[in-house]
Amino acid sequence: MNILEVKDLDMSYKTIDGDVEAVKKVSFTVKEGESFGIVGESGCGKTSVAMSLLQLQADNGKITNGEIIFDGKNIVGLSESQLREVRWSGISIVFQGAMNSWNPVVKIGEQIREAMREHYPDKTKEENTKKIIELFDIVGLDSSIIDRFPHELSGGMKQRAVIALALSCDPKLIIADEPTTALDVVIQDQILKEIRKVQEVLGLSLIYISHDIAVIAEMTDNMAVMYAGSIVEMGKTDKVFSNPKHAYTKMLLESTPSIVGPKKKLRSLDGEPPSLINTDSYCSFSYRCPSPDDNCRNRNIEMELTKIDSEHYADKCCINCG
Amino acid sequence: MENTLIEVKNLEKYFEISGGLFSRNKSIVKAVDGISFDIPFGSSLGLVGQSGCGKTTTARALSLLDPKTGGDINFYNSETQMMQSIDELEGEELKKFRRNIQMIFQDPYESLNPRWNIKDIILEPLNIHNIGDLKEREEAVYEILKTVGLTPPENYMPRYPHELSGGQRQRVSIARTLIMKPKFVVCDEPTSMLDVSIRISIMDLMLNLAKDLEVSYLYITHDLAVARYMCDRIAVMFNGKIVEIAETEELLNNPIHPYTKRLISSIPIPDPSYNRETYEVNFQELDSLIADNPNSDEMIEVNPDHFVGTHDVKGLL
Repeated sequence: MNILEVKDLDMSYKTIDGDVEAVKKVSFTVKEGESFGIVGESGCGKTSVAMSLLQLQADNGKITNGEIIFDGKNIVGLSESQLREVRWSGISIVFQGAMNSWNPVVKIGEQIREAMREHYPDKTKEENTKKIIELFDIVGLDSSIIDRFPHELSGGMKQRAVIALALSCDPKLIIADEPTTALDVVIQDQILKEIRKVQEVLGLSLIYISHDIAVIAEMTDNMAVMYAGSIVEMGKTDKVFSNPKHAYTKMLLESTPSIVGPKKKLRSLDGEPPSLINTDSYCSFSYRCPSPDDNCRNRNIEMELTKIDSEHYADKCCINCG
Repeated sequence: MENTLIEVKNLEKYFEISGGLFSRNKSIVKAVDGISFDIPFGSSLGLVGQSGCGKTTTARALSLLDPKTGGDINFYNSETQMMQSIDELEGEELKKFRRNIQMIFQDPYESLNPRWNIKDIILEPLNIHNIGDLKEREEAVYEILKTVGLTPPENYMPRYPHELSGGQRQRVSIARTLIMKPKFVVCDEPTSMLDVSIRISIMDLMLNLAKDLEVSYLYITHDLAVARYMCDRIAVMFNGKIVEIAETEELLNNPIHPYTKRLISSIPIPDPSYNRETYEVNFQELDSLIADNPNSDEMIEVNPDHFVGTHDVKGLL
């Protein structure tokens, strides 16, 4: 069963220079209990996709096309009050740098209870507290943290508490947007294990967003590679890693250092992603592609995923480049 | 060692923390607590460890930005062809000496003056040290921009930092550093703010420059994979002390200290088929090493040029 189906999603931001097409024709599905990864460099639209799913994008951002079918229901165009029911109790999100989003003058437990009161107005404070202690246990926090203020916790503890907060209203899908970026490697590893454990224990679906391909390799079953607002390759994580098709995916894989295996020369990717303002129709990767032909830039090429096998898709323009 | 460029012995940097406005109690934070290493000419040493372990404090002490509170830093003096302690340097001599040591900072968005154009940013060190006349200085800027791959230089010289991408800004930082022709560059996570695709080109640039210009690096990072790519040797720092130091592949393949092992086992591997094992901290190997070498110093040599620290870290890991 698919918990989430995104179909042809377009999202753009209005700016004085023109519309920034941050998300272009993005389609993917997340099955129940699955972990789906989105990887790409900064500005590629990863976070915009995440924000669109909850429709929390900035005020100048607008979904211009497409459907987001969550649990069998299209949630694009729902009213703010209908969305409030989906947010947190249907889909919850761990933001990038979320550990800094705690209110510094309210105790951790009270901030979590606040979210729970919104969604479960009938429950008593004691019931909510009991639930929080259970969640803290899952994410590896001591129950005494409930009565602590954010400044009393370390970065890793705050991030664990954010995960507990994201779990507090029994969501079916969690979006984790670079949840470990600001953390140390040792703490990052602990948090990643915690997220995996939570996902297994509670049977949740997960969308994991990161720029770090090594983390995606370890955390996800299926993955999508985003470039300049579009998905350029998608499929089972081991297939994408063992048999990358798109030139950008190949370069991402070849530019990531590792501590195992023989030490090899890494490949760099020169240039920058294209501007996303008023883009004409051309292959968005053509300016960094190692072997572009004239067609890629001049003709009206529709970027479109093509099937490599039943569990692996890549953009048709760049399959044999690089 | 004959070809040693810089030698650090028992370097200490303590900070005094006052207990409050009216408190007489002062406590001392031992940010760097007696670390020793040396770096040969043209070689790079990686300094890895978690945030707060003293990496950056070491960097700032070594680049003479903050005065050390104890220990020795000896530097090869090319004029006398002898090692010289930096404590002996004063005034003009010290200023001249500073040219040899430069630093590249983590954040290319913060470390360049937004109101200056690229030419002025790179010219500044030449002005401070009063090197050459204006024409020579401008030529030097032109050349160094070519060296770091910002070509054609005349396009970049009049531009301002906000007009450049992160990778280009970091290239400007590197150009500013290298224009003094330093022998030793301290790099404090110079690529951690950059995107993966750009990161490698900056790392490759630094490796090539090290070869061409015979620069030695102290390369600070929390990412062992990056350190492996960049460094000949790696020192693992924990709690203000070096717990293990060895040649890069030796350290990764044959770690002894529980903290090193834990650090290595925490690094995600970009291969979904790789099964990374969880490491449970245990002190057996370290304890038996200490028992076998009852009379040794703080660092025990387990293999040629592979040293393990024996400081008490139980309860901290």
